Amino acid sequence: MEFCGGHTHTIFRYGLADLLPPNVRMIHGPGCPVCVLPIGRVDNAIELAAGRGAVVCAYGDCLRIPASGGASLLKAKAAGADIRMVYSSADAVRTARALPDREVVFFAVGFETTTPATAVAILDAETLGLRNFTVFCNHVLTPSAIQNLLESRQVRDLGTVPIDGFIGPAHVSTVIGTRPYEFFAEEYEKPVVIAGFEPLDVMDAIRRLLKQINEGRCEVENEFTRAVTRDGNQKAQRLVAEVFELRRSFEWRGLGEVPYSALRIKARYAAFDAERRFGIVYRPVPDNQACECGAILRGMKRPVDCPLFATACTPESAIGSCMVSPEGACAAYYTYGRHRDVAESPR
Amino acid sequence: MTDGTGPARRVDMSHGAGGRAMADLVESLFLAAFDNEWLRQRNDQACLPAPPGRIVVATDCHVVSPLFFPGGDIGSLSVNGTVNDVAMAGATPLYMAAGFILEEGFLLSDLERIVESMAAAAREAGVAVVAGDTKVVEAGKGDGVFITTTGVGVLPEGVRISGDRARPGDAVLVSGTMGDHGVAILSSRQDLGFGTSVRSDTAALHGLVARMLSEVPDIRCLRDPTRGGLGTTLNELARQSGVGMRIREADVPVHTEVAAACEFLGFDPLYVANEGKLVAVCPAEAAGRLLSAMRGHPLGRQAAIIGDVVQDPRRFVEMETRLGGRRIVDWLVGEQLPRIC
Repeated sequence: MEFCGGHTHTIFRYGLADLLPPNVRMIHGPGCPVCVLPIGRVDNAIELAAGRGAVVCAYGDCLRIPASGGASLLKAKAAGADIRMVYSSADAVRTARALPDREVVFFAVGFETTTPATAVAILDAETLGLRNFTVFCNHVLTPSAIQNLLESRQVRDLGTVPIDGFIGPAHVSTVIGTRPYEFFAEEYEKPVVIAGFEPLDVMDAIRRLLKQINEGRCEVENEFTRAVTRDGNQKAQRLVAEVFELRRSFEWRGLGEVPYSALRIKARYAAFDAERRFGIVYRPVPDNQACECGAILRGMKRPVDCPLFATACTPESAIGSCMVSPEGACAAYYTYGRHRDVAESPR
Repeated sequence: MTDGTGPARRVDMSHGAGGRAMADLVESLFLAAFDNEWLRQRNDQACLPAPPGRIVVATDCHVVSPLFFPGGDIGSLSVNGTVNDVAMAGATPLYMAAGFILEEGFLLSDLERIVESMAAAAREAGVAVVAGDTKVVEAGKGDGVFITTTGVGVLPEGVRISGDRARPGDAVLVSGTMGDHGVAILSSRQDLGFGTSVRSDTAALHGLVARMLSEVPDIRCLRDPTRGGLGTTLNELARQSGVGMRIREADVPVHTEVAAACEFLGFDPLYVANEGKLVAVCPAEAAGRLLSAMRGHPLGRQAAIIGDVVQDPRRFVEMETRLGGRRIVDWLVGEQLPRIC
């Protein structure tokens, strides 16, 4: 399994599946922050802008995530809500400085890669004495998600999931290092290779995994030595630890509630926490019952096994999480790979 | 910005009210810049001689932010974009009409720059701007200036270029590097904070088209891959013609800096806009001659044969990737948005 949506994207965009022997199959994991963001959290963000009059600053690929009732941030923006696309958390801080009379909320989404930048934004806002800047924190953690996949009943008891090894995302490991994966490799006897996002990085990672499997090894290997170390970026880790703490549980779209898998803002920085400032109430919204995203994210099914795939569920009208972002397994398969075995759907 | 003698002159509501201020603006700016025998008559319409052949008409609305970017501005863009739509039929563009929607408060000095740039582009293209209109909207209801241009051209009998004429076996060519315009625009947006030396490729292509047609009269399809880029254009042609296409990534020319900027933003250069490039489909046996003709023209120096038309009832555009794998080049969903990480 390649955990990260960035790798999924590389595999499909460069047609890497065509270069693999028939007995090697890639399972596309849940490492796409847009895909796994539960509908209820997107509803919350829309409510902040449309209902509470806040300026909501969001990353570009968050704008299209389908929320309840066919809504999205993009549609809310068209209806008059003040939603702005930003390229970094620093842009959101700048927006707050430029609009001192407005509440500005940064819709913080992403894995360990983007979390340090959000921490910096909060620390900057404190230094600047900003009173109109808050963060709606949705940051999630890679190792917890992998552990959840490995702990699932199907994997542990039934042995039905054919995951023989993991490719880990290099950009996450530039921050957290390779050490957090050592536990899985040993405990679950699954080799892990931390790899970059160029097609050759991914091919090399697959080769290294195969070598480990053939030699009966289960280790953490670092393919991305050009930026990743065993201990990662200590300064970034300290920033994250200063501002954030673990949530007891967080809902992942497609996986459900995953214990200790996300971060929230510490009480010390409560003034910058949109959940506290606006009293945000989270209401879970179930996925369509026919949607097979959960099984696809665990590697038990392929996108084409889902009855909704390429029929009711397409990138234009995504129903399940895996179709939401170009990095999701279904969207990547639909966009780049459906020539393999799916007839064209009516447009 | 001031002229040194007082506050900067700006567009106000009177410039669109039909009175003296508007007449002065038309006279001193538009008539002076676009001067020709039809405008000099000062009628509400231009009466033009009917040339032999078929009349080709195309219209295009131009909105771009920022208005001035490396390699061009909304003025040159609004001329070249419409000239190219006319030219993609194989026609010679002759006349143009232009409509301006100005926002109250817009700097007159910027408007002058834009109109000068339009006039220069029209002169270079050999097109007369023979009719126009100006309206002013209140501050906040526009984005500085919007320009709509309509081009009229003439097409000799016998030329039959159309998006539905691609046939299995035909060759697919492009006239140069893909994605330059889109990346130039992105890199000049202030909020992005990254710079490149990439310039917009905005250019009028009818000279190139004329050269191509003189060498290969049986060109089947021509289209300029503007919004949506090469990927979208190939899908349009495949759908119109009821065929599939197979292209080779390694043969699609992309400027190194454009590729790097796209990588950085999570964009695919195949979907990034061009304003001075074309896609051509021709019979396979003519592809070599067409390529030479294109490369012999200044706007086609980096032309390349990028793939073939194939039979495919699903009308897929497929690409052999640099590494030898295969993928679909699909329709774009919405607009490309930068990725989180």
